[in-house]
Formats: sequence, C-alpha cells, structure tokens
Amino acid sequence: MKYKFIYFLISAVFLIPGIFSLLFWGVKPGIDFTGGSLLEIKVETDNISLKEANVQKSGPNQFIIRGAAMDNQQKEELLAKLKQDLGKEVTELRFETVGPILGKELLQKTLTAVLLVSLIITLYVAKQFKQLKYGVCAILAMFHDSLILLGAFSLLGHFYGIEVNVLFVTALLTTLSFSVHDTIVVFDRIRELTRKNFKLKEEVVVWRAVRETLPRSINNSLTIIIMLLALVILGGESIRWFALALLIGAVTGTYSSTFTAAPLLLLWSDISKLLKKRR
Amino acid sequence: MKRNLRIFFVICALTFVSLFIALPDKYQNWQKPQLNFNFLGKTISFNPQLKQGLDIQGGMQVVLQAQMGNIAPEDREQAIQSAREIILRRVDMYGINEPVVQTAKMGEDYRIIVELAGVSDANQALQLVGSTAQLEFKLQNEELASLPEATQSAFLWLQSFEGTGLTGKNLKRSQVQFDQQTNEPVISLEFDDEGTKLFAQVTQANIDRVLAIFIDGFPLTLPKINSAILNGRAQLSGSFTLEEAKNLNIQLNAGALPVPIKVLEQKQIGASLGQESVQKSVKAGLVGIILVMLFMTAYYGFKGLLASVGLVIYAILTVAIYKLLGVVLTLPGIAGLLLSVGMAVDANILIFERMKEELKSGKPLAQALELGFGRSFDSIKDANLATIMTALVLINPLDFSFLPTSGLVRGFGVTLLIGVLISLFTGVIVTRNLLRVFLLNRRKI
Repeated sequence: MKYKFIYFLISAVFLIPGIFSLLFWGVKPGIDFTGGSLLEIKVETDNISLKEANVQKSGPNQFIIRGAAMDNQQKEELLAKLKQDLGKEVTELRFETVGPILGKELLQKTLTAVLLVSLIITLYVAKQFKQLKYGVCAILAMFHDSLILLGAFSLLGHFYGIEVNVLFVTALLTTLSFSVHDTIVVFDRIRELTRKNFKLKEEVVVWRAVRETLPRSINNSLTIIIMLLALVILGGESIRWFALALLIGAVTGTYSSTFTAAPLLLLWSDISKLLKKRR
Repeated sequence: MKRNLRIFFVICALTFVSLFIALPDKYQNWQKPQLNFNFLGKTISFNPQLKQGLDIQGGMQVVLQAQMGNIAPEDREQAIQSAREIILRRVDMYGINEPVVQTAKMGEDYRIIVELAGVSDANQALQLVGSTAQLEFKLQNEELASLPEATQSAFLWLQSFEGTGLTGKNLKRSQVQFDQQTNEPVISLEFDDEGTKLFAQVTQANIDRVLAIFIDGFPLTLPKINSAILNGRAQLSGSFTLEEAKNLNIQLNAGALPVPIKVLEQKQIGASLGQESVQKSVKAGLVGIILVMLFMTAYYGFKGLLASVGLVIYAILTVAIYKLLGVVLTLPGIAGLLLSVGMAVDANILIFERMKEELKSGKPLAQALELGFGRSFDSIKDANLATIMTALVLINPLDFSFLPTSGLVRGFGVTLLIGVLISLFTGVIVTRNLLRVFLLNRRKI
C-alpha cells in the first residue's frame, strides 16, 4: 500500500512551514523567560503609544504594555503619566515584573521538565513494547507533535506577537503525553492482532489495527476537541493561547498515532528488508 | 444481579454525598443547609470551600531575595527563617486572609515567596513586606528646632533629633487600646528589661520634651513626654483615628528584618480580570460538557446516554474532591479540568468500540459487555499512565528545585491528575455498573 506516503506528505505540509518559521524567526519568549515587565490596564481610548514599551490591545479598552523590568515605583509613574497624557481614568488590571535571574532559572527548570518527561515516556514506551521498533516509532511521533506545536507558535509569534510562556511549556508536556496515549492504544492493537494472526503480513495487520482503532481515536479526540474548542472560543483571554496550544497538541497527537506512528512501523520494516537484501 | 444493584446503590449514595459537598453555599435565593456535628460538646461545622488561586481572586505574589552579603554563612538559614516570621507577622496583622509566606533556596540564593490574596494596593503591600525598617526613639533638641532655619528646612529640622540608644530591638510589643476616659484609640508600648531602664532614664530627664519615633530615618510620630515612666509601659495618645492607630501599631510591631531584601519578581492581578475569566471558562465548560453528552448519545445511543450520566457523576465527584482536598483552583487548573472531562469519556469510547466488535463477532450482549470491559482495560491503563506521569512532573510533589514550582503549572498538573484518576473510576467502574443494571435489564424486559 502506498497510502503511507500520502500520510507522510500531509505531515510534511504541516511540519515544513513550522520548521521554516522556527529556523528563521524562532519563538517569541515571554517575560517569564526573558525577565521584564507586563502591565495590563483598562482605559477608555483606542490607542496608546509609548516610546520604550510595546503596547498590545487585549480587549475593548484593555491594553497590555510590555517592556524592560520596572519596579513598583516606576510603574506608578508610568500610570500617572498615562493618566495625564490621556486625560482619563486608568485602571490597573495586572502587573507582572520578573527579574532576569528568575527568567533564566525558569527556562532551565522548564527545559529540565521537558527532558525528564521525554525520558520517562521513552523508558515507559520501551518497557511496554520491548521491541525497539515500537519504541522508536512512538517517540518519532512524539517529536512530530512537538515540532508541529512549536512551529505553530513560532508562526503565531511572528505574525501575531503571541509569546511563549511557562504555560505553553506545560501544554507541550501535555501534548507529549497525549501523543503516546493514543499511540499506545494503536500499538496495543497491532500486537494483539499479530499474536492472533501470525500468518498475515505485517502490512495487513498494521492497517487492520489502524482501521479498528480509528473510530475510537477520532471519537475520543472529538470529545477533547469539543471541550478545548469551547474554551478557546468562549474562555477568557488569559488562558486562550494555553487552550489553543492544548488543542493543537490534541489534534496532532491523534493524527500522529494513527497516521504517523503506524506507517513509520511499516517504513521501518521496509528499510530493514532493503538492508537485508543488499547484504 | 444482586451484587450489581448493591454497587449501584453505593454509587448513588456516593454521588449524593458528593453533590451535597459540591453545591455552592448559596445560589440566588437558595441557601445550602449547614452540616454541624456535635463532637464532645463542641460544634464542628463541615463545610469545605473551593480555594481560589491568586490569578482568580486577585492579589499579589512577590519573590524577595535576601541579600546575605553581610551575614556569616552559618547564620543565613536562621536569618531567612526569622525574616519569614517577621513578614508573616506583618502580613497577619494587616488582616490578609490565608497569607502564604515561603522560603526557598536556589543554590546560594535565599528567597522568600509571599502570596497575598485580595491585596489591591501594591505600594502598601510592598512596604509592608519589604521594608527593613529600623525603628529608633529620638529626642528633639529644642534649641536647634526653634532656630528659624529649622522651621523652614525639613533637613535641618530632622537634624534637631538626637538618638537615645533606644531602638526597635528594645520594644517588646505594641497594642491598640482605647483610652477609658476619652474613648479615643491609643497605642500602648511595652519595653524589654534593657529598654525599660533606658526609657526610664530618658523620660526622667526630659519631661515635656518631644521623644519622636523614627522609622528608616523619618519620624513616624512625635509624642511628648508627659511624665517619667519607670515600669517600661508607655502610652501614645493623641488625636489618632482608629485607622491611623492601627497602621502605626503595625509599623511599630513589625520590627526590623534581619536581612535587607530585594524584590525579584512581582505579580499582581486585579480581581475583576480573574472573575471574568472564571465566568467565561465555566460557561465554556458547560457548553463543552453538553456538546460531549449530545455527541456520545447521538453516536452510541442508550449506552452513550449512560456514559453521559457517568460524565455528570464524574463532574460532581471532581468538584467534591477539589473541595475536600483543598485543591487551589487556578485558571490553568480550570483548563486542566475541562481537558480531563474531554478525556474522561475516552475509557467509555474504548469500551463501547470493543463491545461493538464483540457483538459483531456474534457474542450475546452480556458477554460482549464483559469482554469489552476486560479487553480494553489494559489499553486504558497503559494509555493513562503516561498522562499520570506527566502530571506528576508538573506537580513536582517533592519540590525538586530543578523543576518548575510555578503555582500555575502545578494548578494544571493537579487538576489533570485528579481528572485522570476520577475518570478511570467513573469510566470503568461507574459506567460498567450502569450498563449492567440498565442495559442488560432493559433487554430482559
């Protein structure tokens, strides 16, 4: 069956722009990681412009001001200045300031968490599937999902100024677990079918397993997607991007288990057959 | 069949108890009845509440760094602990609900993390938490103060005060009281032994002079010595308002921090922002749950309806467990909760798909049901383990300093973990029982 290349092609369509964006523009780290200040205010005006800071509209009459780290006093001065310049009441909604040391520390901590989760999942998959092939394919699918999520936020960062914060990393970790979650269900079925029908060709078994688990994968993702989509559309501004990251992770996690991990298994066998022939 | 019915009643009872716990205290005109137990003559009321994180109820989080440069390495642990206690005392006196004051050590760096719920005035709070105030009692030199230059220049006026050797160290405690005659608020001070002696000397020699109390080099209040005080108990009277007296009292009591501190991080969230987000998220959650239930019922028919009932039980149990365990709900936590609702039906879907296959291969319903549950259990268990492990890394229960300790990340991890565990219970045990009781019986009739 040549289907597997179609699936790889679909993956590529989603992967390549993201990888391109990651290489050229990277992601836009938030103040959690870089240090700096964020001030969200409510004031009845259409536009605010400041010399030293970047201003973003976060809702009707709501603005987010980002800039270098400032202390409480500097913030009060800024608020007073805004009040004077605009001639209107300025309400402070949120103020966050992170020193550069803490930012760096958090970056290290989150990277450690990502590595730790990847390691645990790798060991877990290896233990579950004793065969190297299964473990490697499950992990490749996991990388596929992480790359798509990272790429999506790199693009969002470049075009819409969406920042990557500690919650994004949390979403990334959750994506890793989604990804193996579904992959394990598909691989479980492949193993079960292989045991029952050891005479059948691997290709037939893999596609049958995919076909049999597909309704479950789609339905389960649908319920998760319904919940997250509701949160993205109806939920508040402050967790919208977090919910979107989870949503992307859930979609690609489901897709990759069925249409990346399983075909990769077949590709693995094809390649090992080719290598044997050459010898 | 009898055993199934018994389990069914246990589940019903559990659901009702949880529902009672999960219900809010008040909804419009309806008031939840209070549960009060009488235990050994004491009334114990049992009414756990949902705890809200700072990002929801509004408030402020400050990370302070203790500057230990001048403190010997072996004394640092002691210094940070006493700084923590002093800050906690200051915050307590200020009347903040359930303040959190924690210490943390990163490498050679000592930190204090302070979380103050419901605080809106950052300036006041920072002063309260961060001032390393040095309290001093100073006598005014009247000659200097009466010079014409001193009445015009604040600097020269400040110069007219002379130290007495009496500092905040000597002050044992201060209290707000009411004068029995005038009924005005007064502040009573109590000195330690050394302070009593010093205070006696100073007051004896300087009746009618001003003995000012300075904080960080600025006068806080300018009381006059009325008489010699020998017992170390003084009273500050004046025309204070109650508010002024309370504030003064806090400042007097707060004492000096043993180490200078610096603000590393400050996060402040207005209550309106959080409440708005919660309302929106709750609405999103309800819409989501209803859509998921419709979907399950549309796709799986009566079985799907039973799974939806399972989902409602799941939601009730979850809220009850949050209240019982005192889970602090944050906005990412709510996202985790909604996510876990989406995942909760996963077990059901796996089982129903399995049942369909077994039915197709010609097995009778009862057998298909049991096989469906039995065969899919391995998959369910394996698949959820990965999520459980990820959630544990996010929660970081052992407080490893190399992992994130952010409250938001933890909030998400906790709700995700609880969600997965409860969904295993409702997805496997509750739904299975509902199916056995209702689906099999219905077919018999």
